Amino acid sequence: MKLINGFTTAWKGLSLTVKHLFANNSAREITTVSDSNYFKQLEKGTNTIQYPKQQLPVPEIGRYQLDVEMDDCIVCDLCAKVCPVDCIDIEAIKATEAIGQTSDGTTKRLYAAKFDIDMAKCMYCGLCTIVCPTECIVMTNQYDKTVFELSDLVYEFSDMPPEVAAEKRALFDKQQAEKQAAKLAAMQKKEGGA
Amino acid sequence: MNYYITYFIVAIGLFSFSAFFALFGVYAERKISAFIQDRLGPTETGKFGSLQTLADIVKMIQKELIIPAAADKWLFMLAPAVIFIAVYMGFAALPWGPGLIPSKINLGIYYIFAIISIETLGILMAGWGSNNKYSILGAMRSAAQIISYEIPAGFAIISVVMIAQTLDLQAVAMQQGVLSAEKITFAGFWDVTKIGGLLSWNIFRAPHLIIAFVIYFIASLAESNRAPFDIPEAESELVAGFHTEFTGIRFALVFLAEYSMMFLVSMIGVILFLGAWNTPLPNMGPVHLADWTTNMWWGILWVTLKTLGLVAIQMWIRWTLPRFRVDQLMNLCWKVLTPLAFLCVLISGVWRVWLM
Repeated sequence: MKLINGFTTAWKGLSLTVKHLFANNSAREITTVSDSNYFKQLEKGTNTIQYPKQQLPVPEIGRYQLDVEMDDCIVCDLCAKVCPVDCIDIEAIKATEAIGQTSDGTTKRLYAAKFDIDMAKCMYCGLCTIVCPTECIVMTNQYDKTVFELSDLVYEFSDMPPEVAAEKRALFDKQQAEKQAAKLAAMQKKEGGA
Repeated sequence: MNYYITYFIVAIGLFSFSAFFALFGVYAERKISAFIQDRLGPTETGKFGSLQTLADIVKMIQKELIIPAAADKWLFMLAPAVIFIAVYMGFAALPWGPGLIPSKINLGIYYIFAIISIETLGILMAGWGSNNKYSILGAMRSAAQIISYEIPAGFAIISVVMIAQTLDLQAVAMQQGVLSAEKITFAGFWDVTKIGGLLSWNIFRAPHLIIAFVIYFIASLAESNRAPFDIPEAESELVAGFHTEFTGIRFALVFLAEYSMMFLVSMIGVILFLGAWNTPLPNMGPVHLADWTTNMWWGILWVTLKTLGLVAIQMWIRWTLPRFRVDQLMNLCWKVLTPLAFLCVLISGVWRVWLM
């Protein structure tokens, strides 16, 4: 009895696989998940997606990787602080004066000498995009980010060359020194006057 | 002197055939497995990925031959050659068409059965020589499995031999078609000597041979270490079993032996049970289909088609059925197939004496 059961179940399996063998073996038709036919067409064709040639359509609002609009960034450092895995590395230089405005009208007072995001560490939680006051850090629907070197996954958003950064730093230091000197002079004057 | 040249040509021809078959067998296996699993299989190298296995063999030839430090060097190096040559020598006694056989010996099936059992020795050498516990486990499993399954396979073959009354494969083939010198009866009562075709195949001459054929086919899967009897290589349990440590061309030889073995056991099945190189088309009244489609070239075509059909069934089974557990494997062999094969032998004796 057990033997007959073994053979009948084996035959059941074999007829199932032979049905798949002669099913439609053409390449998969690419439709979006919102398509009403989406789950039906998964049953008939193959499931292979020939990736670089065929791509699954992604939602417009897909959240796949981070992007920073540097012109809108006020270098407040909030994203770096909230990041659970510390993948954002920001180095700010104070400017001597207001250096412009973001698109929503906030005044920019800091230069970003460095704004690196290590996409290899990032866990795509999206916290940084929530805390950002000017909404300059967002998640985009670009999902293909394969690279040959691990270091290529560190995205550098700041485009400030080091010599410019050094110059700005020197300017700020000079201004601070001048302020200090002026303060000192004022204090001495005050003391002298008294 | 000319004899020797012919021998070399035959040997080289058989080797090129088995290599060619292995290349396209692997390709077919990949495609069949892919289609069964709703995938596409290789698509990039050549049209529909047809050059994929060729690229693979080029890769394998380039690979370094590594001998593990603690391996038994000579056993390890000789094992793939022993495995392959054992299977390859089996090809010598297979008939391809009327009058076309590499080596016409009057105990062909006996010789083949003897020579392919040497493969077990090769597998044991590979497992022991690797000095790897997974390999030795795989080799022991393989030995246990092949030795066990040779018994039902052997008795299924004996039941055919009792019907055919000869060990010469060419004679067995000859009996199953219109070229037969003796009288053929369909199921013991209808004289089909002049009709031939499908009706004179061994499984229809004596219908109990259908059971013998199924027994032989199941046992042949075990002999060639194919799933569901692939416990010697069981990659999820034994890494890759007895060939874990082999690299490059040595691994290729083991692989070549597996595919050659698939073809060999299928072809023996075709010769013994499914009419060998005889046509499946019978003579019907004035339409002498069997006479028209029986000669050397048709013979090669028929035997190849039938054998490839069986190979396709082997692949289909491999990608459907799960691997047996060792106790289930032994159960099936000793408690089911062996008694059934004995029964077939018994019926064959009665059949030969009373009905033929």
